[in-house]
Amino acid sequence: MVQILAFYLFAIVTCVSGVLCVTARNPVHSVLWLILAFFNAAGLMVLVGAEFIAMLLVIVYVGAVAVLFLFVVMMLDIDFAELRTGFARYLPLGIALVALLAAEIIFAESAWNAGGLSLSGTAPTPETVPNIQALGILIYTRYLYIFEGAGLVLLVALIGAIVLTHRKRGDVRSQNVSHQNMRRPQDATRNTQPPVGQGVEL
Amino acid sequence: MISWFTGVLPYGGAYFVATIIDILVIALPLMLAVAMIIYADRKIWAAMALRRGPNVVGPFGLLQSFADGLKVFLQETIIPSAANRGLFLIAPIITFTVALAAWAVIPFGPKAVLANINVGLLYILAVSSLGVYGIILSGWASNSKYPFYSAIRAAAQMVSYEVSIGFVLVTVVLWTGSFNLNAIVEAQRGHIFGFINFYALNPLLFPMAVVFLISSMAETQRAPFDLTEAESEIVAGYQTEYSSMSFALFWLGEYGNVLLMCALNATLFWGGWLPPVDWAPLYYIPGILWLFAKILFCFFIFSWVKATVPRYRYDQLMRLGWKIFLPLSLIWVFLVSGYLMLTRYGMHP
Repeated sequence: MVQILAFYLFAIVTCVSGVLCVTARNPVHSVLWLILAFFNAAGLMVLVGAEFIAMLLVIVYVGAVAVLFLFVVMMLDIDFAELRTGFARYLPLGIALVALLAAEIIFAESAWNAGGLSLSGTAPTPETVPNIQALGILIYTRYLYIFEGAGLVLLVALIGAIVLTHRKRGDVRSQNVSHQNMRRPQDATRNTQPPVGQGVEL
Repeated sequence: MISWFTGVLPYGGAYFVATIIDILVIALPLMLAVAMIIYADRKIWAAMALRRGPNVVGPFGLLQSFADGLKVFLQETIIPSAANRGLFLIAPIITFTVALAAWAVIPFGPKAVLANINVGLLYILAVSSLGVYGIILSGWASNSKYPFYSAIRAAAQMVSYEVSIGFVLVTVVLWTGSFNLNAIVEAQRGHIFGFINFYALNPLLFPMAVVFLISSMAETQRAPFDLTEAESEIVAGYQTEYSSMSFALFWLGEYGNVLLMCALNATLFWGGWLPPVDWAPLYYIPGILWLFAKILFCFFIFSWVKATVPRYRYDQLMRLGWKIFLPLSLIWVFLVSGYLMLTRYGMHP
């Protein structure tokens, strides 16, 4: 009873905030609705017993990705007039996307009604092995190479992002902390006994 | 607690009532603790600056925080006309709620934990990563220059230090073999020489204890990393436009987070509710008192640092986070997992 109530609560909030994310005028509000959708999706994950995935969803998407999203969107100079002109231009594309998605949903639904696919493996049972262990055992033994491959792809993407955005600027004086720490008084100061009336050469 | 209520109510209702009472049993003393810890913070700070600190309201000024609370409660809530009204009011509530929510998984004793879930540490990481939203939203919704700068600083700072905190947690989790906080505490029993209940004195984990302590200061935006409210640069940061109770909620949330980080330091590296040494007579003192003593000691270090260390410059803060803590903690994950592979699991798993 409570589970069904919770499911419908999470599901409805996810859907509604998804819709509001698209329709909200203000991009910042859009991102906030998106965050709410993520959050409720995590709630759905908890309901099916995938607490590890739920926590990862919150940590990765809500805690990191959406923060950076918000970070960028906040700095946008929002011009509502321009947003509206864009609306008419992108309308055909939007309608095409909606039609595609609707077709996919209907197709998937009818395929599922026709019997669905039988999955070869079975899901780990949460009662005996905790989520994390079950996932860890699979990832680090059976799917090790695929996992490492995914890691490699991420590494390449990381290096690519750095290469694309890194630029050398000549006019910046950066601080070299180890250099500062290694500096000793005798490197910086010099005791002299200048004769009267002659001063010092620098 | 549940078994007592099932006598009066059906099981669902008993569970509900018992959970609500459990939440209040944690949240209300926590509010009191926050009020007293603010007083302690001001007193320690004053003592280190050779001042007296609060000493007027109540004996030794003990009631100062309550007087301050009453004062802000009676003030008018001012909402700037250009502010985004809804978000402006939601932001402090988010900060405050998130600071409370994370306490659900902190173990106060072998059985005394509200939600003994097996992803406890991930839950804390998830909830504490939500804390940044209160600050970002308040900065953006204020529609004002300095709060906005502060929000951007906060976002970059908290995301940066969460990365190294994550890796530090991984080393602890590797050593324990569990994400459950009670299991982490239990694994520290007799960890060093069979009788010292600390992870932190393990030579492999000690550097991580230091990194975690400093990162938790940065994560809670305590001095010397309080660039989000650097009064010499950006007035009061994200709190600039706030007044009355909405300001007080930030205040409570901030100290609630500091206490949470102290509790995490105590739980992860200093044995949580275990006494410092595994010696039978010490177990007669309830575990919750040991935990409180450790939290207070950790908070004293926080105050000490606040009173003595000058504020970082922003590029120095980023350098510390990304160029020192991140590589260090990453190397340590390798070291710890390699060591465990060699000693605990054997060369051929």
